Amino acid sequence: MTKNESKGIWVFAEQRSGKLDRTPLELLGKAQELKNTTGEEVTAVLLGSGISALADTLAAHGADKVIIAEHENLASYSARPYQKVLSELCEKYKPSTFIFGATALGRDLAPRVMCSLGTGLTADAVDLGFDDEGAFVQTTPAFGGSLLAHIAIPELRPQMVTVRAHVFDVPEADESKKAEIIRESVEIEADPDYKVVELVEKVNTGVSINDADVLVAGGRGIKSQADLDMLREFASLIGGELACSRPLVDEGWLDHSLQIGQSGTTVKPKFIINFGISGSVQYIVGMQKSEKIVTVNTYDRADLFEISHYGAVMDYSKLLPAVIAEIKRRKQ
Amino acid sequence: MKILVFVKQVPDTTDVKLDPKTGNLNREGVQSIMNPLDCNAVEAALRLKEKHGGTVVAISMGPPQADDVLKKALAMGCDESVLLSDRAFGGADTLATGYVLSKAAEKIGDYDLLLFGRHASDGETAQTGPIVAAFLGIPQITLAESLEIEDGWAVAKRSTEDGTETVHAKLPALVTVCGEINEPRYATPINIMRALKKPRQVLDCAGLGADPAKCGSPGSPSVTKHLFEPKHEHVDTVMFTGDADEAAKQFVDMLEAQHLI
Repeated sequence: MTKNESKGIWVFAEQRSGKLDRTPLELLGKAQELKNTTGEEVTAVLLGSGISALADTLAAHGADKVIIAEHENLASYSARPYQKVLSELCEKYKPSTFIFGATALGRDLAPRVMCSLGTGLTADAVDLGFDDEGAFVQTTPAFGGSLLAHIAIPELRPQMVTVRAHVFDVPEADESKKAEIIRESVEIEADPDYKVVELVEKVNTGVSINDADVLVAGGRGIKSQADLDMLREFASLIGGELACSRPLVDEGWLDHSLQIGQSGTTVKPKFIINFGISGSVQYIVGMQKSEKIVTVNTYDRADLFEISHYGAVMDYSKLLPAVIAEIKRRKQ
Repeated sequence: MKILVFVKQVPDTTDVKLDPKTGNLNREGVQSIMNPLDCNAVEAALRLKEKHGGTVVAISMGPPQADDVLKKALAMGCDESVLLSDRAFGGADTLATGYVLSKAAEKIGDYDLLLFGRHASDGETAQTGPIVAAFLGIPQITLAESLEIEDGWAVAKRSTEDGTETVHAKLPALVTVCGEINEPRYATPINIMRALKKPRQVLDCAGLGADPAKCGSPGSPSVTKHLFEPKHEHVDTVMFTGDADEAAKQFVDMLEAQHLI
């Protein structure tokens, strides 16, 4: 499809087991921002079975239109039926932009749709916007976040992109907003060659680190697993959750779900306190949008100090017991 | 069973810098290696071959020196290699790359399984595998943390936001693997010697029967407009000083001021 015949910003409204998580809502918020520049309508595209009630949530978060394609063979995700339905919808409506969450599903599906349409797809973007020449550009990390690239899809449409979760805020819901609902009747066969035979659900242990307001993070400088208990105690005193940088996961001390960074989770809490983390580019990419950053490190030139509001050049194993004692004393 | 494993040559560093004058990647002194997750893909291929028999063909697209990663794949135990090399392939985005790799799969033919690392450490798109599967019209399993072949189906576990799925895809299928799947083997001296005698092929655009308009820059809808180092807003840091007790008091004063206690 070419530039001139295409119009509209589409967001793939990923649902799993009939539920939307926050990612498509974050994307709707950003799409509304893009609309301010391009003037194009924002359309959420919802595939599944028995899911049309989700359209209200999408409307409340910024969808001007919702395209609903329901079929029993779309109830659970498999790549080829979803690929076929989305490609056909794109050919029918010719959107200029199509945004997916960079989730396991989004990154499985979007490349196949892109291939059907013969257009471009930018992977795992951390920002969307317009450059000095007014071109729509996607900012995407390369080399583990050491570099960023501005990618554009100048001629072909739709301009496709997957966007990392949690880099944009969920817009405030406005229940009074209504979207135009477009029901697409689709005929689609199930994929006989792909089956999800089992799902072992994650056991939820506490608040996930990307929902926490306060994080206490440990890194390579943490000397022992016993010291992690000290970090946990400190975290509980200030209402925070424990998180970490990659070395503690590699060490086998903490689970990958607690890892901040390029290969872990992107977080932006109100408050993050870093112990024994010097701040690799991969780590900083994952937490630089935190509102207040505190760093405790023995190395006075650790990169994290550059972006920290508070800091101490000190051994955490000396400072932290004194901090815990001081908090307990004041709480008495 | 015929397994095609796709490997990419990448710079051996995740801490690359730009040349301040040209704005291009500074490749000086940076060695090239096989993309680490592609080593896992080769290992997965070899383990399946050891269990089920068959041949493993390693394939790479790149300039002539990309043959180094194919030599490594052969030294690890792959049976044959195919280098896809042509000036016409230069400047390819993921669509144009996926097109050339899918043409190679068609040219080699009779494949049961295509294996990729989940992403390359340079571009980190994780797109090329699914694009090749789409060109070939075959099912795919991305993010595999385990992989077996059972009665003509690929069986894998993969982690998603919801948990761990067990997925079956009928062969021929394409699988992209995570680092958790295995520990790649080292090439032994004897295998390095043997590697030199294994069949090695180089194919260009014409040899593949590929359409030059779909290869390289002309076949690439997306362009990199600008490459830059992330800039952090410099923040004035308030430092806690003195001995541990003094610093702790300042620390807790700050926590109180921020309403955390």
